[in-house]
Amino acid sequence: MQRTTMDLWVGLFVMAGIAALMVLSLKVGNLNVYNPSQSYILTGNFENIGGLKVRAPVKSAGVVVGRVTDIQFSTQTYDAIVTMSMDSRFIFPKDTFASILTSGLLGEQYIGLAAGGDEDMLTDGDKIMKTNSAMVLEELIGRFLFDKAAEE
Amino acid sequence: MFRHALSAIQNIGHRVIEGMWRLGHASRFFILVLLKSGTSLRRFGLVIRELYFTGVLSLIIIVVSGLFVGMVLGLQGYETLQKYGSESAVGTLVALSLVRELGPVVAALLFASRAGSAITAEIGLMKATEQLAAMGMMAVDPVSRVVAPRFWSGVISMPLLAAIFSVMGVYGGYLVTVVFIGVDEGTYWSQMQSAVDFRFDILNGFIKSCFFGVAVTAIAVFEGYDAPPTAEGVSGATTRTVVSSSLVILGLDFILTAFMFRGVS
Repeated sequence: MQRTTMDLWVGLFVMAGIAALMVLSLKVGNLNVYNPSQSYILTGNFENIGGLKVRAPVKSAGVVVGRVTDIQFSTQTYDAIVTMSMDSRFIFPKDTFASILTSGLLGEQYIGLAAGGDEDMLTDGDKIMKTNSAMVLEELIGRFLFDKAAEE
Repeated sequence: MFRHALSAIQNIGHRVIEGMWRLGHASRFFILVLLKSGTSLRRFGLVIRELYFTGVLSLIIIVVSGLFVGMVLGLQGYETLQKYGSESAVGTLVALSLVRELGPVVAALLFASRAGSAITAEIGLMKATEQLAAMGMMAVDPVSRVVAPRFWSGVISMPLLAAIFSVMGVYGGYLVTVVFIGVDEGTYWSQMQSAVDFRFDILNGFIKSCFFGVAVTAIAVFEGYDAPPTAEGVSGATTRTVVSSSLVILGLDFILTAFMFRGVS
């Protein structure tokens, strides 16, 4: 085979391979949406995180604005400390409300942020004061039964 | 009776020693190839020539099997997921199973049987027809002139082939579930994008395929170079290449998966 033809085919092959890697990162992995290099850290204490996991999304109005990077247990307050890495394009007021929500009936759990009305904004390393725990099915059923019993 | 037992134990010992000796020989050969890779870097044309044979000629089998694996995944995934009313997750299923496991592993298995066996047969035949010895006579080092370019071409083409396999699989799944069955197109892509992480899934799959590339080509060149210079020797070496590189791929995959994905999720 001619040398130049072979070079051409190899060039095409390498380009196809690199294009495939690009497609994987951009189209399948959606690399461009969330860039962790420009981020700030927020923490929040939750009484009960339910099934929240590291890498779960942090959403506001349904849009992904950050990710959970770490979950620790505090022996001082006996609750969970959740660390979030937030996209620095999105800033939130100091009195933002963080709650653990579930997407769909049995879907994955995420942190939902509802912005408050404070003038001051949360900055890197701040702690979200207003939190709402995850909904635990057993507690919910227990409360329902208790209410039913009280009615009668 | 006692003598039979003794000879059986001797037999085991002999096999173990033989295997260890061969493993050591293979490791020394691997290091030798790495040390003598300078020529393939300086004369990169040699590697490009081998890239044509290992990479470009493997392209058809990789593209076709990637497409079909993705189509089957889409079909089976849809059939099972729709029982639970979550057929929207089919994109996630196809993409995650391809990027994390099937892409690197199946591409490496195909690569071992398509390109690895060819490398072994070629080097083994060159040895059997005394071409390697003739090169040595002309003061051309056969390891740096014949073995190292083949090794590096395999190492370069394996990750690219695995990436092409995964992309073809994702589009195969798209073809079946979105075009034929009618899952919503936006759901297919958005569910996939929210579940697949660049660092945890795509980068780890890429690293896996790099490991497989090194393992498969190292085994292939060693078996070829070590083959007894007879027709049976070359055929036995080719078989051994396919069998042992397939086993190494599967074993290595388990170890790498245990390191990469343990503690995640």
